[in-house]
Amino acid sequence: MGLNVEAVHRSGVVVARLRGELDHHTSDAVRARVDTLLEDTGSIRLLWNLSELTFMDSSGLGVLLGRYRRISQRGGKMACCGLTAPVRKLLELSGVLQIVPVYDDESGGIAALREA
Amino acid sequence: MDARRNVMRVEFSSRSENESFARVAVAAFVAQLDPTVEELTEIKTAVSEAVTNAIIHGYGEREGMVTVTCTLEGDTVEIMVEDQGIGMEDVELARQPMYTSRPDLERSGMGFTIMENFVDRVEIDSRPRQGTRVRLIKQLKSRATPDD
Repeated sequence: MGLNVEAVHRSGVVVARLRGELDHHTSDAVRARVDTLLEDTGSIRLLWNLSELTFMDSSGLGVLLGRYRRISQRGGKMACCGLTAPVRKLLELSGVLQIVPVYDDESGGIAALREA
Repeated sequence: MDARRNVMRVEFSSRSENESFARVAVAAFVAQLDPTVEELTEIKTAVSEAVTNAIIHGYGEREGMVTVTCTLEGDTVEIMVEDQGIGMEDVELARQPMYTSRPDLERSGMGFTIMENFVDRVEIDSRPRQGTRVRLIKQLKSRATPDD
């Protein structure tokens, strides 16, 4: 169990790949990893690849919304890709889907964020 | 239909690493009712919300014990999450979507909204300085087969 966070910089976009379970316990590591790469690269474009996220609760929503706020304040864009059915339901219920665009896969998300 | 009650109780320290333990323990117990994957995910998420609340809001910086009791009766799952933490002054306010008492922690304020959407009933009994009891009740639709 737990969570593996892989954050990479691709064509001006920070891509955060989450594998495992995102809850209150694992949220700090995600926050730290993603914020560090955003700061190091100066990027204001962030794509969450959630295709291998097996669990998420409201603590995960807090992480996503927190990054959305920071990036929006700097005039940047954030998107998600690879949503599983439970994660989609959570994002829908919380209204995140109304403000964050969703793409099928990483390449689609990166392409869209580069144009934004 | 077999309507005998089947009860499981676990008690653990209010440490964040126990959040996954709590939801996995409940899921493993509920699995004997043969729920759908979706039902199991909804139960795990609701349990995670209630247990995280007990850890972050009930106890905060200090450590206490969280008790999770799961009762199976027929096709109904009842989960009680209890803490002896600070309790809530205003339960109705806590239930409001987007409300959080800890904006410093970057919380989404969606915990109770998620619980209310993922189980059939959420009851909160909270007393300031004494603790909080959250009761989650969910009817499993997958059990409603003609053979039962």
